[in-house]
Amino acid sequence: MRSETGQARLEEGPDGTRITIPGDPLAVRDGLHALFDTMMLRALPEDDRGTAEIVLAEALNNIVEHAYARHHGDIEISLQLSASQLLFRIIDTGLPMPEGVLPAGKLKPFAAGDDLPEGGFGWFLIRTLSRDLKYCRDGTTNLLSFRLDMGQTAR
Amino acid sequence: MELVAEQRGEILVVRAMQDRIDAAGAIQFKDRMRELTQADNPRVVLDMSRVAFLDSSGLGAVVAVMKALGPERKLELSGLTATVQKVFRLTRMDSVFIIHDQLPDGMRNAV
Repeated sequence: MRSETGQARLEEGPDGTRITIPGDPLAVRDGLHALFDTMMLRALPEDDRGTAEIVLAEALNNIVEHAYARHHGDIEISLQLSASQLLFRIIDTGLPMPEGVLPAGKLKPFAAGDDLPEGGFGWFLIRTLSRDLKYCRDGTTNLLSFRLDMGQTAR
Repeated sequence: MELVAEQRGEILVVRAMQDRIDAAGAIQFKDRMRELTQADNPRVVLDMSRVAFLDSSGLGAVVAVMKALGPERKLELSGLTATVQKVFRLTRMDSVFIIHDQLPDGMRNAV
């Protein structure tokens, strides 16, 4: 079943940028494309843009895969850019995080020749690249927020 | 997921023609790679120079393709762009693949 919620809506204002997308994988792809094509994000250094796209993509993919595992809904992303950081806030109306907390996102140790992991990288990448990562459940809404330091992300 | 393959001696060079391997395309990528690697090439080189973005689903798909080749065959990667390289480095997956800066000598005219 496809989402009935329609097209992405992007608003750019003096305080930041907001986009609302349907919670499905193709809409995430298109939404990231639209967002990273805005003047605000095009102005960022290549490395910072890459980092921001990795973190945001993982957060959105997680919502599509888990929060909206049983029903469809929208995802609202807002971001504000200050001199040295990007602040992201992401809202969805999907299922809550299990136990109400974010996954630990630990990378399992492995070596070449092992049965290599094919998943479990998402929260590791989010936690490694972001700062002030916060999650709360408010009624039927999930709110995730995090910051990215600009110019210091080349870890 | 458009992938173009060409045989160069015993090596199969596969060029990813799209600019991203992400959650929306990971399964297609795996399926198409499985089709292209049916023949018994001992080495498969995936040219990722056009892939600007790869998420964790895309990374998982590349790992799955390598595992599907079996222990006797190798998946090598070539031309990782900056953001793709970052994902491989942070997850330490750069330690399990042979990664070339560009297509190895003799293959640059491939495809």
